[in-house]
Amino acid sequence: MKKLKIKPSTRSSFTTYAIVTAAFIAVQIMISTGSASNMFKGLLIPFCVYSIAAASLNLTVGILGELSLGQAGFMCIGAYSSAIFSVCTKDTITSAWIRFPIALLIGGIFAAIFGILIGIPVLRLRGDYLAIVTLAFGEIIKNVFNALYVGYDSSGLHFSLTSQGDLNLAPDGKMLINGALGVKGMPQDSTFVIGFVVLLLTLIILYNFIYSSTGRAVMSIRDNRIAAESVGLNITKYKLITFGLTAFLAGVAGAIFSHNLSTLQASKFDYNLSILILVFVVLGGIGSIRGSVIAAIVLTYLPEVLRKLNSDFGKYRMLIYSVVLIVMMIFTSNAKIRGFFAASFAKLKGLIIKDKNTPAKEAE
Amino acid sequence: MAFLDYLINGISLGSIYAVIALGYTLVYGIAKMLNFAHGDVIMVGGYVIFTMMSNVGLNSYVSVLIAMAACTVLGITIEKIAYKPLRQSTNLAVLITAIGVSYFLQNIALIIFGEKPVTFKSVIDLPKITLFDGQIVIKSEAIASIIVSVVIVVGLSLFVNKTKSGRAMLAVSEDKDAARLMGINVNRTISLTFAIGSGLAAIAGALLCSSYPVLSNTTGAMPGIKAFVAAVFGGIGSIPGAMVGGLLIGVIEILGRAYISPQLADAIVFAVLIIVLIVRPTGILGKKVNEKV
Repeated sequence: MKKLKIKPSTRSSFTTYAIVTAAFIAVQIMISTGSASNMFKGLLIPFCVYSIAAASLNLTVGILGELSLGQAGFMCIGAYSSAIFSVCTKDTITSAWIRFPIALLIGGIFAAIFGILIGIPVLRLRGDYLAIVTLAFGEIIKNVFNALYVGYDSSGLHFSLTSQGDLNLAPDGKMLINGALGVKGMPQDSTFVIGFVVLLLTLIILYNFIYSSTGRAVMSIRDNRIAAESVGLNITKYKLITFGLTAFLAGVAGAIFSHNLSTLQASKFDYNLSILILVFVVLGGIGSIRGSVIAAIVLTYLPEVLRKLNSDFGKYRMLIYSVVLIVMMIFTSNAKIRGFFAASFAKLKGLIIKDKNTPAKEAE
Repeated sequence: MAFLDYLINGISLGSIYAVIALGYTLVYGIAKMLNFAHGDVIMVGGYVIFTMMSNVGLNSYVSVLIAMAACTVLGITIEKIAYKPLRQSTNLAVLITAIGVSYFLQNIALIIFGEKPVTFKSVIDLPKITLFDGQIVIKSEAIASIIVSVVIVVGLSLFVNKTKSGRAMLAVSEDKDAARLMGINVNRTISLTFAIGSGLAAIAGALLCSSYPVLSNTTGAMPGIKAFVAAVFGGIGSIPGAMVGGLLIGVIEILGRAYISPQLADAIVFAVLIIVLIVRPTGILGKKVNEKV
């Protein structure tokens, strides 16, 4: 009988699916046995949202190798477009099982359109310049939504960037976006089950993308742009595909996020959110999709747990968070410290497994 | 007349941005890193001045000097502890560390001074200037900001181009390894850069909080980002560029707020940055660097 051979890439992606599914089942058991606290239940949807956002940002940061600080902007677009769709159709499409997937798709598609439109000019820039421009775009999107008033009445849609009064709505008109007050009345369609399904789909999409020929082309651009160009790869095309896919998934994450809120306000999507998601990606391991998901969940949960412990400690939680961040970065990025740990780890491993040649760990 | 008024406000705000942007531009030019925590050093400077003036009861100018000393020490300490171990690692690692430092400073300030913003007493007690029979009133803070920023830009340009330490900074920014071979102490030069940048941040903190007298633990964040935009706008690494960028950003922001929409002023600033970077990726006064294969 032929021995079944599994490709390392397949093994890696299926391990991730298995971990996520196992975590989902464990949580479901916890909920049904009543051992999950209310705080924990309230965090389940944010876990999914941040995991999707972080995993998709890792595509741009880890696989394409470009630094983007605009993830919150794309989430904002996804959140708003899907929320407006749901508010408008909640009376006509009554089944959440039909309405919500459409809303998610709309959120993703709008974000992807913006991602590609933004990507065409800015992907020519690189490194810190790209970071600051994507940050600028995120802030522009936030500011525009903060100042945007949209309403509709019998004569159609009305837009204004100044005030509610400028809309000239008919008395029967309805506000959709009320400036800084945001959007109200979204149906609460987000559930943990849907969040989990979307997270799993995101992971499947990401892994299949990374291990496809397109994904390999993107990685070759990351590793040596000039060499990739000289073998005939269309750099702009691959960059746009990656950036667009990242934006699409961020939009979907934003859509899940908005359907978990009673009021959607643009101020939630400031650059701090983009930075937070970038921190998940970096601490989870650049290029490791599984790491992003784990980091997103642990680092969302940790501050809440610290907050719970006691009031004195809760005061210091963000301070502790920042120190952990700095120490982690120094320990993982400084060549000397990393070398020391790698050497002692190897020694330790050598003590445990003496006779076997340990195979090199496959990069995820 | 209203236009002139806005223009003066814009130039005054722009001068403050220019002083902050100088700190960014120096550090970026020499250490090649985006010091995200720079904006928070401004906040620290503001709080030091506030404490010295309100709680210790010192003279405002002495307070500013103490704040400059405190921020200089803070800047050098941050560099030694957080950034120096990462000299050889990727840009991204340094950026995240800088973000960590920024969170750290904001939260320390939050724990010490609380969430409630404090009202900052202006450090400048000069009379205001009235022009055209009272149609235009120029606040003394505005004049001080403009004069201080011009003095700093001229002084810094002279320092960088004429003194030995300044030329060492230029050499390190050009090529770190070659500079080391020429006997320049690279680590000391980088520390000096952080010291100057942070000292300037304290001055910027004094000017910013005097003009906009609300001080909280996040006061420095947005001006910091806008000043970085100004530094990129003018061409990062260039001292006159920081001045030009700062002034343009300040004027655009104030005019946008007055004539287009108060909520969209920031969006306009960022939109202009993006347009400039697309047309001239190295900024207005930046040098083009050819990529080597």
